[in-house]
Amino acid sequence: MRREGSPFQGMSTVFVKELADHISSVRMLMLELLIVFTALAALYEAINSLRQNTAEDPFLLLRLFTIDQAPLPSFVAILGFLIPLMAIGLGFDAVNGEHNRRTLSRILAQPIYRDALLMGKFLAALATIGISLAALWLLVIGLGLIFLGVPPGSEEVARSLVFLAVAIFYAGVWLSLAMLLSTVFRSAATAALVSLGIWLFLTVLWPMLAPALAQAVAPADPRYALLGLNDPATAVWTQELLRLSPNDLFEEAMLAVLSPTTRALGPVFLDQLRGAVMGAPLPFGESVMLAWPQTVGLVAGTIVLFAFSYVLFQRQEVRA
Amino acid sequence: MNEQQSTTTTPPVIHARGLTRRYGDTAVVDGIDLDIIRGEVFGLLGPNGAGKTTTILMMLGLTEISSGEISVLGFNPAREPLKVKRRVGYLPDAVGFYDQLTATENLAYTGKLMGLPRAERAGRIEQALRRVGLIDVASKRVATFSRGMRQRLGLAEIIMKRAEIAILDEPTSGLDPQATQEFLGLIGELKAEGITVLLSSHMLDQVQRICDRVALFKAGHIVLMGAVPELAVKVLGAGFVVEVEAEGPGIARRLAMIPGVTQVETLSADRFRMTAERDVRPDAARAVVAVDGSLRRLSVDEPSLDTIYARYFQDHSAGGVRHAA
Repeated sequence: MRREGSPFQGMSTVFVKELADHISSVRMLMLELLIVFTALAALYEAINSLRQNTAEDPFLLLRLFTIDQAPLPSFVAILGFLIPLMAIGLGFDAVNGEHNRRTLSRILAQPIYRDALLMGKFLAALATIGISLAALWLLVIGLGLIFLGVPPGSEEVARSLVFLAVAIFYAGVWLSLAMLLSTVFRSAATAALVSLGIWLFLTVLWPMLAPALAQAVAPADPRYALLGLNDPATAVWTQELLRLSPNDLFEEAMLAVLSPTTRALGPVFLDQLRGAVMGAPLPFGESVMLAWPQTVGLVAGTIVLFAFSYVLFQRQEVRA
Repeated sequence: MNEQQSTTTTPPVIHARGLTRRYGDTAVVDGIDLDIIRGEVFGLLGPNGAGKTTTILMMLGLTEISSGEISVLGFNPAREPLKVKRRVGYLPDAVGFYDQLTATENLAYTGKLMGLPRAERAGRIEQALRRVGLIDVASKRVATFSRGMRQRLGLAEIIMKRAEIAILDEPTSGLDPQATQEFLGLIGELKAEGITVLLSSHMLDQVQRICDRVALFKAGHIVLMGAVPELAVKVLGAGFVVEVEAEGPGIARRLAMIPGVTQVETLSADRFRMTAERDVRPDAARAVVAVDGSLRRLSVDEPSLDTIYARYFQDHSAGGVRHAA
């Protein structure tokens, strides 16, 4: 049986209101400052090391994103760590906040469906993150122009735009997760703590746990160890397990797109490299193909998590 | 209880038959029948947890209906919620607003969600805020508002919507006596404009004055429904309690002979309490004068819903049918 009217009626109103709330909120300001300052520090180090390097590099601009100068990680690695924090910050009280402010039943008594409220909130938070990341992206390009004095080539711009798109979907995964938890838990503090717990687990603990689990599932063959090689079975298991974390998917996709010399993201046999010109960059299209599965994984994660919160929210009681 | 309904030719604006909402095995609302007539103030009364809010949410299509049927202004809220919600205003229990926004901004947001055209919005918001007396604080952030002001802002939202039915859930709970009076006055103004008002409350005596008809809820059932005087006659056996303080020979006997008086209690030598179907004060005065007695005081207690409610459950628990809360 079909519902009357459009499920998106009122969505743009919710979108505009939530976007205005996010952009003017102190919370967003703090998150932006955190990201901008850490990113600037990473960029500063990257620029310093690039200026001392006089070797010709056709992808000088991209090196800004990926170079890491101890003790600071690279710009991309910092974003990989901080984007989830930003997304969680925007999503953890999306639904339970309305409950706790007791505005939910009043808003839902207006002629709109719940779809419009949830979608509007999701898109507004994603747009907020998108705007911030776009600003950051412009900042990187601008700083690159000023301090390196090399105009970016069209391929560099294209690759960095792919970086922007993948980063937004990466944020989408965490935003969906935070909104799902904000639907499940009535207390915003619980939702925030659980989201942050999952974030820390996946970014800090999982990279350590995955190899250990892989060892347990597929113990290394001692013959490989005698030859001083990694067992391919263990290596494949390690990577598959690592890929369960959106963090790893993001890093792999970024490696493929921002380091054009990347030829494969998994373990490779030596004979597969026969005939390859080592160190030669892949064409743009090939790099995107390489990052495609990871990107699709991030998009799928976003959609699946959002669908869960959607179903839960539709079935939830509105009374406080 | 259908025999109590007023005989009107217009169809009821809210019509429910066997309306039931179950959570698992427990029925929160259990087979209620309800007809609300256009333009009346109808009270859903009863203790907390008796199913009043759930009934209201089913009318708005905000919670599922387990069985039974309901129509609001001729629409089925489960199937056509947008049509219902466009015509019905709802003030939830302990209504909340976005604290960081001003009163006007809060109303502008819901106004946009209602789909009010941009040109009309500002005018309607101003008009509504003026009506509820919040025009002076229109550009203040809602964070600074008291409970009573929030409640009135919620009412302004319904006025802005030009709703045909205003559903108010516990509108006076948590308000101080003066704010309560002001709020009840605003509800009276809505009625005067021909808006049907449905309100729920657990404060029986507070709302009985403004309700044309009430339905008393108890554990998911409507146990009593009708106008307050009707219920008084039905439950208390009489609508009026008149107290007489007078001296004179055989007054008690005289008072008992007045037509319509069902009972006379002698409280003390010169004080009598009569229960009657109508206001028998003139007859009582005549009776005292007729025996040449001296009348000192004559007072009437209108039947209170509290009394009716308490008495009803007293009777029923005595009969072992139910136990009173």
